[in-house]
Amino acid sequence: MTDWRPGANHVIQRQRAALLADLRDYFAKQRVMEVETPLLCRAGVSDPALENFEVPCGHEMRFLQTSPEYAMKRLLAAGSGDIFQICKAFRWEEQGVRHNPEYTLLEWYRLGIDHYQLAREVGELVAAVLERPGWQIWSWQAIFQEVLGAGAHAAPREELEALAMGHLGEIPLGLDRDSLLDLLMSHCVEPAINDWGIVFIIDYPASQAALAQQILDVAGEPRGARFECYVDGTELANGYWECGDAAELRARFAEDNSLRKARGQSDRRPDEQLLDALTAGLPPCAGVALGVDRLLALKTGAQDLDAVLSFAWSRS
Amino acid sequence: MANFSTNEFKSGLKVMLDGEPCSILENEFVKPGKGQAFNRVKLRNLRSGRVWDRTFKSGDSLEGADVLDVELEYSYTDGEFFYFMDPVSFDQHAASADAVGDTQKWLREQEKYEVTLYNGGPITVSPPNFIELEITETDPGLKGDTAQGGSKPATLTTGAVVRVPLFISQGESIRIDTRTGDYVSRASKN
Repeated sequence: MTDWRPGANHVIQRQRAALLADLRDYFAKQRVMEVETPLLCRAGVSDPALENFEVPCGHEMRFLQTSPEYAMKRLLAAGSGDIFQICKAFRWEEQGVRHNPEYTLLEWYRLGIDHYQLAREVGELVAAVLERPGWQIWSWQAIFQEVLGAGAHAAPREELEALAMGHLGEIPLGLDRDSLLDLLMSHCVEPAINDWGIVFIIDYPASQAALAQQILDVAGEPRGARFECYVDGTELANGYWECGDAAELRARFAEDNSLRKARGQSDRRPDEQLLDALTAGLPPCAGVALGVDRLLALKTGAQDLDAVLSFAWSRS
Repeated sequence: MANFSTNEFKSGLKVMLDGEPCSILENEFVKPGKGQAFNRVKLRNLRSGRVWDRTFKSGDSLEGADVLDVELEYSYTDGEFFYFMDPVSFDQHAASADAVGDTQKWLREQEKYEVTLYNGGPITVSPPNFIELEITETDPGLKGDTAQGGSKPATLTTGAVVRVPLFISQGESIRIDTRTGDYVSRASKN
C-alpha cells in the first residue's frame, strides 16, 4: 500500500483555502489586478544559484519558471498597472523542511514606489496575516554588525572566510566572496534572528542586487535596492526596486552566465522578450515574491512544509 | 565506491569523510533568499561513534563508504581478537578490542550481534537489547529482604558488574538490558 494520504490535515487545508481567499480579498480592496502568466516558457533563469526544471517540448526545450517575474514585467511594460499573481513556481533540487521543489508563490508589483515603501506594505500584510504587532527594518550592513560584530560590505574575501571559520568552525573550502556572505547570512544571521519576529533586511551588497536597481547609500557606496523579509528566522519574501534598464540587465545576465560556466552549469540565454519589453519601457515600480507555503507554515506553527502541502515532493 | 551528491544524502547513507567511514544522521538544506545553497549535515563517525556537524556547498559530493551491517554469532576470543561467525556462510571475522568496545561486557557464545563491517572488517559490534548471563560472584542474599527492594553488586561471567536484587544468588542466570546495564529479571528457564 502506498502512502497516498495528504501531508496537510483537514484543519490546515481549510486554513490554506482561507489564506488564499484573504490574500485575494486584500489585493481586490487595494485595486491590484490578479493576472495569470505561463509557467512553461522558452527562457530560463541565469542566476547561478537557481536551476530550472527543463522540459523537452518537441524540437525545443522549455523551462518551468522559478518565478513569474519575467512574464509579469512584460505585462507591466504593456501597461497593466498594479498586478499580483498566485501561482506555482519550480526550483530544481531545492528540497528540505523549508523547501519544496514545486511551491506556491505570491508575487506583486506596485507602480511608482520604491523598495522601502513596498517593504512597508509587505510588513502590514504579513503582520495582519500572522497577527504580529509590527516589524523591524535593518540595513544589511547593520544586521551583520549586530550579529557578527563586524562590518561586511567592504571586507575582503579572506577576512570573511576567517569570520565564517571563527563562527562556524569547519566550512567548505574555496567559497567566493558572495558565497561566504551567503554562508554567514544563512548560518549566523538567520539563526540569530529566529526570535525577532518580522525582520526586514534592506539594501544588499551591489554584487547581490539580482534584478534590483543599484542605488547609493548615505556614504555614497553602491547597494542593491533589495529587501528580504524574515519571520522568526525564516526567509519569507524577497523584494526589489526594479531595474528597468535593459542594457544593465543584459550585462548582469552575461555575468551570471560566465559564473555559471566557471561552475560547470549550463548556459541560460537571456529572455529576449523580457529585454525587449524593458527597452519599450518598464514603468518605475517595486515588486516582491512571497512564499505562500512558508506563510501558512508560520501561521499554523508547522515545522515542516510537508504539514502544509497536500502532497509535498515525497508524496507527489 | 560511487560518489553521492548532497541532494542524495539521506539518513543511513554511509559515506567517507576525512578518511573515516560515517553514517549520515540528518541533512538540512539551507539557502538564503537568493544565493548559494548549503547542506548542513550531521554524521556519525562509525569508528568512534562521535557525531560531526559539517556544512557542504549544495552539489558537493562524498565518496560512498564500503560499509555493511551484518548479524554474526560470537564464537570465542584468543585474548587479542574476538571471533564472530556468519551463521549462514560460516565465514569468520576477527574484531579488535577497539571494535568490540563496551560490548565486551555483554559477549556470550552463540549469541547474535550486529556487526558493522568496513572494507570487510568489523569496526563496531552492537549487543542485542537484552542478554542473559550467569552470575559468578555475589554476596549471599538475606532471607526476608525481598520486600525491601534493596540491591547488591554481582559479577557476571564476562567480568561485568551489575546491581541485582538481594534475593538473587551466585550461579543464577539473569536477564539484563544492555542499553542501561540494568537487571531486568531472572533468566527464562533454558
